[in-house]
Amino acid sequence: MKEDFDAEAHCDHMAAVLGLEIRPEWRQAVIDNLKATQAMAEAVLTFPLGDDVEPAPVFEP
Amino acid sequence: MTAEILYRPAPAIAAAVAAREISAREVATAAIERVTAENDRLGAFTDLTFERALEEADVVDAKVKAGARPPLAGVPYGVKNLFDIAGVVTRAGSRINRDNPPAPADATVVRSLTRAGAILLGALNMGEYAYDFTGENIHDGASRNPHDPSRMSGGSSGGSGTAVAAGMVAASLGSDTNGSIRVPASFCGLFGLKPTYGRLSRAGAFPFCASLDHVGPLARSALDLALLFDALQGDDRRDPAQARRPALAAMNEVRRGAAGLRIAIAGGYFRERGLPEAFAAVDKVATALAVEREVILPEAARARAAAYVITTAEAATLHLDRLRKRPADFDPTVRDRLLAGAMLPAAWVIAAQRWFRQAMREVFAKVDIILAPATPFHALAGGTKTITLGGVAMPARPNIGIYTQPISFIGLPVVTVPVWLDGARLPIVVQVIAPAWREDWALRVAHALEEAGVVEAPVAGEKESVR
Repeated sequence: MKEDFDAEAHCDHMAAVLGLEIRPEWRQAVIDNLKATQAMAEAVLTFPLGDDVEPAPVFEP
Repeated sequence: MTAEILYRPAPAIAAAVAAREISAREVATAAIERVTAENDRLGAFTDLTFERALEEADVVDAKVKAGARPPLAGVPYGVKNLFDIAGVVTRAGSRINRDNPPAPADATVVRSLTRAGAILLGALNMGEYAYDFTGENIHDGASRNPHDPSRMSGGSSGGSGTAVAAGMVAASLGSDTNGSIRVPASFCGLFGLKPTYGRLSRAGAFPFCASLDHVGPLARSALDLALLFDALQGDDRRDPAQARRPALAAMNEVRRGAAGLRIAIAGGYFRERGLPEAFAAVDKVATALAVEREVILPEAARARAAAYVITTAEAATLHLDRLRKRPADFDPTVRDRLLAGAMLPAAWVIAAQRWFRQAMREVFAKVDIILAPATPFHALAGGTKTITLGGVAMPARPNIGIYTQPISFIGLPVVTVPVWLDGARLPIVVQVIAPAWREDWALRVAHALEEAGVVEAPVAGEKESVR
């Protein structure tokens, strides 16, 4: 996991970018979810993929 | 016979109505009475369509009188409240969407069931915007588990599980993005079918995460699922992700038995972290099928991680405008995740979309069916916030789906089969997983297990009374 992911700063910056209201009583839960999602994303990003692997936005089984 | 008819499997109800042993109106009336008696206690339905049910019943009775035999003649059902029902507001479990005007027309799958002679009793409770594994809803209250109302129905198709397990209806429709049919099927002890991604039309179903959304039926037998599945199939250009595939004739296949199918147990990830009942259920089914072989589904943990990232990002984008305008009107547990999901770097999401399924195809070159747990435990007590799996305490909600999420991510069809372990007071299901487009194989295994007496889905109260 990336040790330097600052979920608090990311939350505040992105809320401003997106025009989202984050009330003080909601903020900690949003940050916790950002951290959990970052861990999930890290698991995906650490898997090496060839340059020929295309994204599958809609999945055709 | 009128109250008892509701406990019968769908094919038996349809046969009795077609043979004019009982009228569709009598079945509809019995269902209306049962819903009226039980719904306040169990929270299954949020919208009732009793008038429509009686009208549909009269149409079916007239058709039968004229010599027709509709395949689902008089079969009572309900639909998760994200499916459009003409004249009803599609709330999708939310407070916000109930300000929308009533739906102008039925969802495609509702139309298909109407055409087949089924009788719609109403719309069923669900977790807000389907982002849920509990069946609890802050706006409408929880859909409760009929086997023990202090426990969760499972979600997000919670009411779809409650109504069928309580015998209010013979069947229901739900949706499954990461486990939302299979989790309530497990907690409520039902046969559920999550078809192959792209198999059934989702037109008129409020989306959650379009690239992972499936719709499908829940019922009390494999034959019921086959009958419903046959009625639900059909090309629909209104669903852009529906695959142009020939329909299966599941009712012709379902009784062919499990012989000839190469079956294995999912090992590795799918044998870790669950409570003993999850693995005991898989072992009971495997023993009945004389299966000892184990296969590893590679990178299941990463598949789940990718599904998690895609779900939260895609759902957040769907709801972005509502998050900006009415954030306080969301269920807090949904809002937290959607707000975070809106903030993800594109690189995380695209990486998840690039990460896919080649390895799974290789697994299915060697086997035809894979058995895996669906939930890591029996139905949790209502309101449970944390669980301990593999010695680690973790939030309950997202982790109910650890075994379902990697399977829906790659679009595979699954039939859930309900197991009652010796002495258990609650059911738990096993996932019978087939290769893409082979729902019939999973249904054959489910029916064979039912015939062998290994799996069953009694209406709540039936089972307890004989124990």
